[in-house]
Amino acid sequence: MILTIDGVRKSFTGPEGSVRVLDGLHLDLAAGETLALTGESGSGKSTLLTLVAGLDAPDEGRIMVSGQQVNALDDSARAALRRTTVGLVFQQFNLIPSLNVAANLAFQARLAGRLDMPWLEEVTGRLGLSDLGNRYPEQLSGGQQQRVAIGRTLAARPALILADEPTGNLDEAAADRVLDLMLELSRDSGAALLMVTHSKRLAGRLDRRVHLSRGRVA
Amino acid sequence: MWRATAGVLASHWRRHPGQTATLLLGLALATALWTGVQAINAEARASYDRAADVVTQNGRPVIRDPSGADIPLEIYVALRRAGWPVAPVVEGRADIAGRDVTLIGIDPLSAPVLPAAEPTEGSATPETDTEGLIAFIGPPGRLMAAPETAARLRGALSQDVLNTPDIAPGTAIGDIGIVSQLLGLQNVITRMIVVADPPAHAPPLAQLAPGLEQLAPEAGADMAGLTGSFHLNLTAFGLLSFTVGLFIVHGAIGLAFEQRRGMFRTIRALGVPARTLGVLVAIELAIIATLAGAVGVGLGYVIAAALLPDVAATLRGLYGAPASGALALRPSWVAAGFAMAWLGTGIAAAQALWRMARLPLLESAQPRAWALASSASQTRQALAGLGILCVGAFAGWLADGLVAGFTALGGLLLGAALGLPWVLARGLAFAERRARAPLTEWFWADTRQQLPGLSLALMALMLALAANIGVSTMVGSFRGTFTGWLDQRLAAEIYLDAGTEDRADEIRTWLDPQVDAILPQVWTEAELGGEPATLRGLPNHATYRDNWPLLTPASGVWNALERGEGILINEQFARRTGTSTGDVVRLDDWTAPVLAVYSDYGNPGAEAAVGLRLFSQLHPNVPQVRFAVRLPVADAPKMVEALQNEFALGADQMRDQAALKALSLEIFERTFAVTGALNVLTLGVAAVAMLTSLLTLATQRLPQVAPIWAMGLGRTQIARLELLRSALLALGTAVCAIPVGLALAWVLLAVVNVAAFGWRLPMQVFPSDWVGLTALALLAALAAAALPARRLGRRPPADLLKVFANDR
Repeated sequence: MILTIDGVRKSFTGPEGSVRVLDGLHLDLAAGETLALTGESGSGKSTLLTLVAGLDAPDEGRIMVSGQQVNALDDSARAALRRTTVGLVFQQFNLIPSLNVAANLAFQARLAGRLDMPWLEEVTGRLGLSDLGNRYPEQLSGGQQQRVAIGRTLAARPALILADEPTGNLDEAAADRVLDLMLELSRDSGAALLMVTHSKRLAGRLDRRVHLSRGRVA
Repeated sequence: MWRATAGVLASHWRRHPGQTATLLLGLALATALWTGVQAINAEARASYDRAADVVTQNGRPVIRDPSGADIPLEIYVALRRAGWPVAPVVEGRADIAGRDVTLIGIDPLSAPVLPAAEPTEGSATPETDTEGLIAFIGPPGRLMAAPETAARLRGALSQDVLNTPDIAPGTAIGDIGIVSQLLGLQNVITRMIVVADPPAHAPPLAQLAPGLEQLAPEAGADMAGLTGSFHLNLTAFGLLSFTVGLFIVHGAIGLAFEQRRGMFRTIRALGVPARTLGVLVAIELAIIATLAGAVGVGLGYVIAAALLPDVAATLRGLYGAPASGALALRPSWVAAGFAMAWLGTGIAAAQALWRMARLPLLESAQPRAWALASSASQTRQALAGLGILCVGAFAGWLADGLVAGFTALGGLLLGAALGLPWVLARGLAFAERRARAPLTEWFWADTRQQLPGLSLALMALMLALAANIGVSTMVGSFRGTFTGWLDQRLAAEIYLDAGTEDRADEIRTWLDPQVDAILPQVWTEAELGGEPATLRGLPNHATYRDNWPLLTPASGVWNALERGEGILINEQFARRTGTSTGDVVRLDDWTAPVLAVYSDYGNPGAEAAVGLRLFSQLHPNVPQVRFAVRLPVADAPKMVEALQNEFALGADQMRDQAALKALSLEIFERTFAVTGALNVLTLGVAAVAMLTSLLTLATQRLPQVAPIWAMGLGRTQIARLELLRSALLALGTAVCAIPVGLALAWVLLAVVNVAAFGWRLPMQVFPSDWVGLTALALLAALAAAALPARRLGRRPPADLLKVFANDR
């Protein structure tokens, strides 16, 4: 298993007291497998992704990524895990505004120390970004920025891709095209994909679908 | 990973050259101000030390008469015969070619250090040491002086005058025989330098010359004492600049972090550890600080080079101390400049790095730290400021001395700066409550939201304005008191120096029927309360009764003085020794009651005055060769001309009151030209800080401005409101700066000045200056806001629409 989530609990303290977002969640994901995580707003989908990426820590339970218990690692080790094993695709793209498209695409692969130029060129070409290499993020449309964000992750060949509503800002047709590419490229790179989405239609195109409700698998 | 991350950090600066320039500019200007002041101080101090090295023979002990009297030559001979390795020195001031020159005579055969002269002009081959020695001893003899002094002396003297860069300006060194001749001294010397330790068998000094004392060397001590107060003022201003600079650097570095907040979050999320990022940012800042420091040191050099001639003229004129007008690159102030850049960056970066390390990875990537600074933290900051103000106030009221003065200054400035955002926020909240129209209400609320982002720049502006008001109040008080003092002390229409007693009698006889009064001007050295002092003899005349600047006027003072029943003392001596009217003080061998205290601007030493009759009894040998002449003002120019024709009196022997006052005022004005220039520079730096903040805030203003635009407010109207906002904030800051500036002036006049100079001036206020400064602050704020407002006014609608499209 590339990902094992075992009895994870997570609460947040808000103005109305403590709110439990994840309540003893169990989930597995095999290498190369794709899984859609659906659920209503506040069901804990995005929180789960941040816990898997090591951006936050669970209150209880165990998260194993590629044989390492994420919540037992220190900050540096969690950073190394994100750098080498996990790839994040954010809903808001989070491109680096001072780097042009080409540099943004290569950035995570360079961080991971495995920049593979032929593979980068292939990803860039298949995402339709070849002619946009010299542009800066502010000069791109929302769909183009989303493709750069996906390309940045895929170019680094992570073992596990975590995508938080990667097509949330796109219309249906554009969302379908982007998802096609994501699935195709993650399959070619051998990566597992855990994708958060509100769309049942898109979720149905992945290998497996898990619905979260009140912090548990429904 | 390191390289890729470093590349991303650098890419921000490449992509945003405007931000890079403002960051570098803020750092460089802060460094430049500090460096400039340090350079001026270092250069002036080096001049004294250079002069002192030759005069004291590289810091050897000196033998002298404790009263400052000349030493008979036979004592020197006796010491030499007894085996004491001493070298004689004569020193005095002479008027040569209309300029006051300090002449120092040394014995080249016994003095171990001789100044090195440049090669003689026109000589085909360099002269040997022996040839040089023969020419130095003469006749006609040779003098050595700094190039500018040498140029003045050539032609006025029969001796050769060589250029010698090692000698401070205004001083000339020659053979003891030649200089004695020029000074009119016979068989006396001023002091002796002990060039080596005396042999063990040599009789002690107390046995050979019981009246003399041996002093440990103290390079430049006399001049350092005289000029210390001037440097103190410059150093105080340097510290003000430093404080303003620190705020600016803090603001600039803070902005550099805020601008990249989103980027930091992203690269952390992509797997760069916090420690790696912290190290790289620290290295990046060190490089930026070094680059900006180098630019700042260069700018500081330019500032110092521009101001140094005025400083040199001031020191020469006011204190008689030699200071070169040229500027050398000295490691001390170069290091001080870089230290400012590094220290300022370090202090600012420490807080920013701490924030970055704690940056929550899951928070919004939008820059927002200042905009959401809580009112609780503003209150905490204001309370801290109040505490610091209290410490400063206690130091000012309860303690004495320079340390107390500077503590009060620091406390006042820092405390007031920290409290400023709270005061402005309360003012804005009040305005918001009073607003009725929705747009006005939005304007005040939006201004309050902008306040945290502009706080540092506004604090720097307030410090600059307060320093400006404080220093200009001090200068104005000085000027007002000083001109009044001049009117009192230089009350007579003509002052003349006859040179000899015979000539004095001749002139007096000629003048007597033509003028209202001839008042002898006499003084000599004396011992007042155990310390060396000048003793003046004052004639019994209405000129003194009506004009002499008594600080404690009392009836019957002048009659009592005339009857020889007591003395007057100057304020410096009174303050230093705690003596006041009615006390008894020892004057030479006489115990005298103090009749009154008088103000004595510009004189660092002790001084006393007695009636002329008593003076003549006490010092019958002091010749009466100088006179103040009273006559109708309108007749003065003709009388000056007649005296010149009748007695061939030179310009150096006779000056009318107007010329003397003009000269004195010129020297005085120059003293403060330096601080005036630095004032303007500080204000300029504060304006740059405001520009930096506004430019950066402008990039983050869209989310606040776009909804208002969407609701129907034009871009031009929004831009005008931005200008108005900056002007109002600057106005509020200026209003707050006025009381702070006045308090600063009070500390400078009542604490720092008394500790440094020994006298206190009455504080005068100049409201018209405040109006001018407030206008200047408004102009600076409008200038700083103009570019960001223009950009906002011309922002394409598409940019404003993006705010909604991207759901920021």
